[in-house]
Amino acid sequence: MLKYLSYSIVIVWALMAFAGFFIDDSANEVFLNSFLSTPSSDAVLGRDELGRPVLERVMLGAQTSLMVAVGVVFFSAIIGTTIGVYSGYMGGWTDRVITKIIDVFLAFPGLLLAIALAAILGPGIENVVFALVVVGWVGYARLARAQTLSIRHREHIYAARSLAVPTPLILFRHVLPLILAPLGVEATFGIAGAVISEAGLSFLGLGVQPPEASWGSMIKEGTRYLLVAPHLVLAPGIALMLVVLAVNLIGDQWRDYLDVRSRNTNR
Amino acid sequence: MMGYLLRLIGSVLFVSWIVGTLVFFLIHLVPGDPVAVMLGDWASPADENALRIQLGLDKPILVQYTEYLIGLTQFDLGQSLFFQQPVSELIAERFPMTLKLAVMALLVAVIIAFPLGIWAALRAGKWPDHVAMTVSLVGVSIPNFWLGPMLIMFFSLSLAWLPVSGAEQPYAWVLPSITLGTALAAILARMLRASLLEVLHEDYIRTAQAKGLSPRWVYGKHALLNALLPVVTILGLQLGTLLGGAVITEVVFDWPGLGQLLVESIQRRDYPVVQGCILVISIAYITINGLTELVYAWIDPRIRVAQ
Repeated sequence: MLKYLSYSIVIVWALMAFAGFFIDDSANEVFLNSFLSTPSSDAVLGRDELGRPVLERVMLGAQTSLMVAVGVVFFSAIIGTTIGVYSGYMGGWTDRVITKIIDVFLAFPGLLLAIALAAILGPGIENVVFALVVVGWVGYARLARAQTLSIRHREHIYAARSLAVPTPLILFRHVLPLILAPLGVEATFGIAGAVISEAGLSFLGLGVQPPEASWGSMIKEGTRYLLVAPHLVLAPGIALMLVVLAVNLIGDQWRDYLDVRSRNTNR
Repeated sequence: MMGYLLRLIGSVLFVSWIVGTLVFFLIHLVPGDPVAVMLGDWASPADENALRIQLGLDKPILVQYTEYLIGLTQFDLGQSLFFQQPVSELIAERFPMTLKLAVMALLVAVIIAFPLGIWAALRAGKWPDHVAMTVSLVGVSIPNFWLGPMLIMFFSLSLAWLPVSGAEQPYAWVLPSITLGTALAAILARMLRASLLEVLHEDYIRTAQAKGLSPRWVYGKHALLNALLPVVTILGLQLGTLLGGAVITEVVFDWPGLGQLLVESIQRRDYPVVQGCILVISIAYITINGLTELVYAWIDPRIRVAQ
């Protein structure tokens, strides 16, 4: 039941993001005579402080969050996995240097680094993605390295090496497929993390800039009108929470499914 | 222990140097002229030059870097452009507030997480477990910049029980601490449940039960104490994370801490302050993490022996 619900929420999220492409400029049009109006037949989720329809802006926010999440997870997973697999497979001083770099990245708070990067690079969706990738690749690298270390002495890898298969091909064909599952779980949680981080940066004014919509900046703008127009904070906040909750649930399910121990004891 | 402490100091110094260098070069090597960015579009060339000389930006970059590092060793983080006051003074004023907020949030997290986690573990697979784990999943999924406004809406605006912002009265501490502590509470509850479940399958628990000890004694002494070890580590590591997470909570509640100073300084383009805040939060984070490991080694005799 919960399983279907979480997948449905993610599908709705994707559909909203897709629908965002068909929303014309009306979502950014200012209607000062109906500002802060409550939900009605005219605007289903009401209007914000500039009279813009909240529903359309939530949909545009869904687009922003989906694009950032997919971008961040895609790039950090590719970069992190490549570095991690290479480091774990090569061993020796290559591994030692890369591990040290990973340790340094893990040694300071990720959110703070993202804030610093976004602040210095300036606002904008590309910079948000870049900042979150710089912070995010480390998790994948660490996991990919650990997984590679655990399988690098398997016989099929020795076999490939003795057949003089080039290293990149060994990594891609004989190592990567075996470690994809845990990386997939990590990526799922990574999506939830990226959605929250994007909204957080936008909340601080470091993400996408007006008039572009982001759930984070909508919440920020809405907090000024909490007393008179709570729907401004409720709508994007509930959307944000549901998406993160659903993605986390899916990640949990996958992890439980992969974890043989929990499969045997809990079910 | 002494050797461990020395290694800790060494790694704090090393990472501080890396963070300092990173922040320095990030600000200096970013395309565009920082002075033009700081002064905006309407500044005259003369003003820009004056600021450049004031910040030492007219010197070669390596000279600037060396001077910056020498300054760091003397706790000199430069001068704030907005406040016209040393950055180290500003940070010394604000840092205790952030630390207080983080410690309060940690307290909130422990108060929520322990009963929840223990309850879930003892009733594993039954409805209390499901309820507790659902609550904790929701807790992990609520971003603090939304939870904060929701709490304000409910407890400050609707019920008028607690103040909206500020940090003067003790009442004003409640909402920020809950906002910052909720996610950690959720993580801790899940950790404690998992850790307890693992311990409950151990032989010595069965032995204790077979001896006829009361459940209270078995769970309270044998199980909980052993299950606590990994949780304590997480607790310490999370205190560092809370310092970073406090940035958003401070903005929500107008809390006069380091995070708020950081965000305001970013908006004012007061880069020396931005640089200082990031450096200080990072160093605090590294130090707390190192100290946690130290405490961990001290609590668990096995680790001490292994060293």
